[in-house]
Amino acid sequence: MNQTIAVFKRELEAYFLTPVAYVFIVIFLILNGLCTFYLGNFYERGQADLEPFFELHPWLYMLLIPAVSMRLWSEERRSGTIELLLTLPMSTTSAVIGKFLAAWVFCTIALMGTIPIWLSVNYLGEPDNTVIAAGYIGSLLMAGGFLSVGACVSALTNNQVVAFTISFVVCFAFNLSGFPVVLDLFSTWTPQAVLEVISSFSFLSHFESIRKGVIDIRDIIFFGSLMAFWLYLNVVVVELKRGK
Amino acid sequence: MHKAGWSLAPEEFRLCEKLGTRTLADLNKNNIEYAKSARKPMTTYIDVKNLSKNFEAINAVREISLRVEQGEVLGFLGPNGAGKSTTMKIITGYLTPSSGAVSIAGINILQDPISAQRHIGYLPEGAPAYGEMTTYKYLDFIASVRRIPRKNKKDRINNIIDRINLNSVAERKIEDLSKGYKRRVGLAQAIIHDPDILIMDEPTDGLDPNQKHEIRSLIREMAPKKTIIISTHILEEVDAVCTSTAIIDMGEIIFTGTPRQLSALSRYHDALNIVVNVEDAEKTKKIIGEQSDISKVEEIYSGNEIRITALLKNRKPCSDVIQATLSREKILPKEYFFEKGRLDQVFRDLTSSAKDPLKETS
Repeated sequence: MNQTIAVFKRELEAYFLTPVAYVFIVIFLILNGLCTFYLGNFYERGQADLEPFFELHPWLYMLLIPAVSMRLWSEERRSGTIELLLTLPMSTTSAVIGKFLAAWVFCTIALMGTIPIWLSVNYLGEPDNTVIAAGYIGSLLMAGGFLSVGACVSALTNNQVVAFTISFVVCFAFNLSGFPVVLDLFSTWTPQAVLEVISSFSFLSHFESIRKGVIDIRDIIFFGSLMAFWLYLNVVVVELKRGK
Repeated sequence: MHKAGWSLAPEEFRLCEKLGTRTLADLNKNNIEYAKSARKPMTTYIDVKNLSKNFEAINAVREISLRVEQGEVLGFLGPNGAGKSTTMKIITGYLTPSSGAVSIAGINILQDPISAQRHIGYLPEGAPAYGEMTTYKYLDFIASVRRIPRKNKKDRINNIIDRINLNSVAERKIEDLSKGYKRRVGLAQAIIHDPDILIMDEPTDGLDPNQKHEIRSLIREMAPKKTIIISTHILEEVDAVCTSTAIIDMGEIIFTGTPRQLSALSRYHDALNIVVNVEDAEKTKKIIGEQSDISKVEEIYSGNEIRITALLKNRKPCSDVIQATLSREKILPKEYFFEKGRLDQVFRDLTSSAKDPLKETS
């Protein structure tokens, strides 16, 4: 536990010791603003809610989260510090969890930067704040899901660009898994039941109900188990690379 | 002789010595240090048995066995790509072997890696570190993961910083440090928990002579209480810090013994060197040539001096006669000494990759 915290602290500090954190947060906030005010027609809609703000989060995360997760393991491999980290008296699981939590908390910090939008919507009208709070929770859960994918992919390679690209594609697939573009790939040769399973993996649909204010335990279980699965896979990838 | 015959455990060594069989003892009668040290009661700290590691089709390490006791500094020698780093990565628990066993202070590292790793301090090749952190923060991170209690942590870190002379760079980012400082930070990280076992992969590689000297002094200082393995391909290091050596080539151990036993394998071991003026060269050579116990004479000119190297079969009587004859002839040698042996030549003879210059060594 203490070791997980040590890894977590080091990893979170590392974001702020390099320009990554500042570049990411600034771009995240700018894109959020653009999406909300231009694409989402925040003012023109004339409704006091954050619907347009959250609506585009899955797409924003698909692009930005791999940038947060890409360095987690591939940088360790490139610089050789992985040898150091994995010969410290600590389980691989502690390191995996510590790193993941650091990335997740970092995303939380970036998301906290959007609170002024929440405040302004309260200033402009009388929104349903519970719906907005649910939106934030859903957004964080989704970010965690994307991050767990990215962390696992990052463990596969010592090249951050490769890690970014593969994570992006996998995240894209998760976003689109309810759409014809993905389903058509499978529809000709898989039974209907499998298609339904694939479409149930769509981040979009799980996030959609949460951001509308319906916190369904099944959606929380979905994101929770998805993270657990990818982090488990992350441990397996790290161990396999050591010849276990 | 069978290759594996080089590596003898102390007991075997003693037994062979008693029985007078053909062993290292035959090759080096002068050296009894190794046999002596075998009589001291010691703890086996690192015990590697029949270790093999295959990377897909390549056998990086083949059936390696090693034992290192407390107080011993094992110099792990070998050409690049011989399997030194792979072996060290397995001993420290980073890589899992394809077969074989590693015991660290009596703990099987495959079964209980975490307990075993608590005993180990490890400096990986090139001393990797988190470059964006400052020296102090980095050591603090290592100390936290190593579970050094909070109340001792600060003292311990400051202690190490003092000891390794890192005061001037404690608050600087590691990536901005010079190579020598980076290596020292790596060393500090490896000994912060005062481990019983220290494993260092090429600790002085790429450093300048002063820095090499510093690192070696540190290793020597720590040596009596610890079990140390250092890998190197710098042969002077063996004489400087090691109490025993193992040579690995193409994944196999081809020699184990003390540095003296290693140099005893040199054909220059105990070779007589006489430096005289060129005018006296012919006379001196004649005097040496009269000795029946001389197998070979080599000469190197430098300026108006000549260095004559005579390979003797029998050191003492031969030397006495030569010395007496030289003084009778009023030849005053500028230098007159016996060589310990030439390590680089032994190394080249033993490691097969050096025999074939076209073979890839990296």
